[in-house]
Amino acid sequence: MKIAVASGKGGTGKTTLATNLAHFLAHSYRVTLADLDVEEPDSRLFLSGEPVEEKEMVKMVPEWVAEKCILCGDCQKRCNFNAVIQLNTIILVFPELCHSCYACSELCPESALPMKPQKIGTLEHIKNKTLDVIEGRLDIGQEQAVPLIAQTKGFINSLQPIPDFTIYDAPPGTSCPVIEATKEVDLVILVTEPTPFGLHDLKLAVETMRKIERDFVVVINREGTGNDHVARYCKKEQIPVIAKIPNQRKIAELYSRGELIYTQVPEFKQQLQKIEQYIMGFSQGGAK
Amino acid sequence: MKEVVIISGKGGTGKTSLTASFAVLEGVDTVVADCDVDAADLHLLLEPEVIQTDDFFSGKMAVIDGDKCTNCGLCAEKCRFDALHFLQGQYRVDPLNCEGCGYCSLVCPEHAIFMEEQNVGVWRISNTKAGNIMVDAALGIGAENSGKLVAKVKQEAKKIANQKGIDLILVDGSPGIGCPVISSLSGADFVVLVTEPTLSGLHDLKRVYELVKQFKISAGCIINKFDINRLVSEQIRAFLEEKQILHIASLPYDESFIQALTMGQTIVEYNHNELSRTVRESWHQVRQILNNDKK
Repeated sequence: MKIAVASGKGGTGKTTLATNLAHFLAHSYRVTLADLDVEEPDSRLFLSGEPVEEKEMVKMVPEWVAEKCILCGDCQKRCNFNAVIQLNTIILVFPELCHSCYACSELCPESALPMKPQKIGTLEHIKNKTLDVIEGRLDIGQEQAVPLIAQTKGFINSLQPIPDFTIYDAPPGTSCPVIEATKEVDLVILVTEPTPFGLHDLKLAVETMRKIERDFVVVINREGTGNDHVARYCKKEQIPVIAKIPNQRKIAELYSRGELIYTQVPEFKQQLQKIEQYIMGFSQGGAK
Repeated sequence: MKEVVIISGKGGTGKTSLTASFAVLEGVDTVVADCDVDAADLHLLLEPEVIQTDDFFSGKMAVIDGDKCTNCGLCAEKCRFDALHFLQGQYRVDPLNCEGCGYCSLVCPEHAIFMEEQNVGVWRISNTKAGNIMVDAALGIGAENSGKLVAKVKQEAKKIANQKGIDLILVDGSPGIGCPVISSLSGADFVVLVTEPTLSGLHDLKRVYELVKQFKISAGCIINKFDINRLVSEQIRAFLEEKQILHIASLPYDESFIQALTMGQTIVEYNHNELSRTVRESWHQVRQILNNDKK
């Protein structure tokens, strides 16, 4: 079963939940945690393990071969992303704008734009008994997170044996990186906080999940601050709130030190048990 | 005209609460641009009265003309994004996967595929309760091209500032280091980095600062909730010193941020004690730097 932990707003506790849940479930199951927040991956600050593999991740971009080029200009016309520009007698390629569609390369009459790999980030795989942790990390200055998220997922799908649970720590927001991280999971857990920002961004996340037709539930973090508008909204929209994590300074302090919470805060562990119960019921077809 | 961008790398560090406070302190003297177009929240604190709304078109999506299509399948063969599938007797475009590259439309022998311009969101101009003009946007759900929408918001903010003779633009950026952040940073004069003393806060600060450095923009940093972890706070101070980033202020962990937010207020409106004073002083420091930097 694949579960994504996501949220519209940043800083609501996605990584806290994803890492603790993964570690907690790994006592009884085989679990893979994948950090798909490739712009700012933080999961590994909380989870340690033996290094298994580290590799460079690339995307394919065209490279101009001047000797073959007849300067017909078709490549520039074909590129919808302004990544290939003809300037008098040279062709300029802007790799950061390229989406790797191959149109310029494959349609070039002289094969003057062969596709070449360009590094966009790294992938690291560490293992701690029944818990595999995979992290995608985008190189600084790279604009596009989506290709790296897609490749990181591809790597996970190729792992054997298949884990009982794969948990994705998704990026914040509602745009293309989130869609890429959530589009084929079985269940999305939206983490929010009971504040006007939390509610506003939760609504956006809910709309997103409805649009891509994912099953989703809500976990309210920092319960006890703010107001009850998030809980009321979820009730009205009939969205299950499967856990409420209390607002405790101790949790914030443990998090600040990169420590797991549930081993030290019993109330937090209780909430993870509730989440486990829900997802077990869900995986056996008893959704909602 | 000066452009100040407030970013954090990590989400939830207090970026928007501080931007809104700065906007309230500046009032009519600044144009505010909410460039967190994924999840724009400034409006929740600044009570904007919208005076103009426009659709934003960017990027394309393949549309198949079923009458012309002969189901040859060449489009699906060429597509690198798994966006074309043979379903219920004909080829269809999966809008979530279509990247808008147009390769399918270029190779279709029947010219049965055309590329349709996408409405990816709206942008708005408003008057806020603090007297600022604000430009913000809402990216369509699941839409792409957030970087381009950010560029649009900034461009409109600049246009207004020029027309009205306003010399400051305050930009609320988005979390991360990807295209919307890069777009927010381009052309900025000063960056305020908002962080928190957590290992992830520090980790994310370092990454986003690397990006700021590539743009050669000078930066200052506000450490929020500094007393949650004094040790990491010290590590952040050391990092700032090493990189010659101005340490603007350290703010304590204070529930009144959330209480203010719940009332729809900024901290400088809600609270008149030490915390509010520190936020004011922080802003005055940034203002001072901008005033001294006459270029």
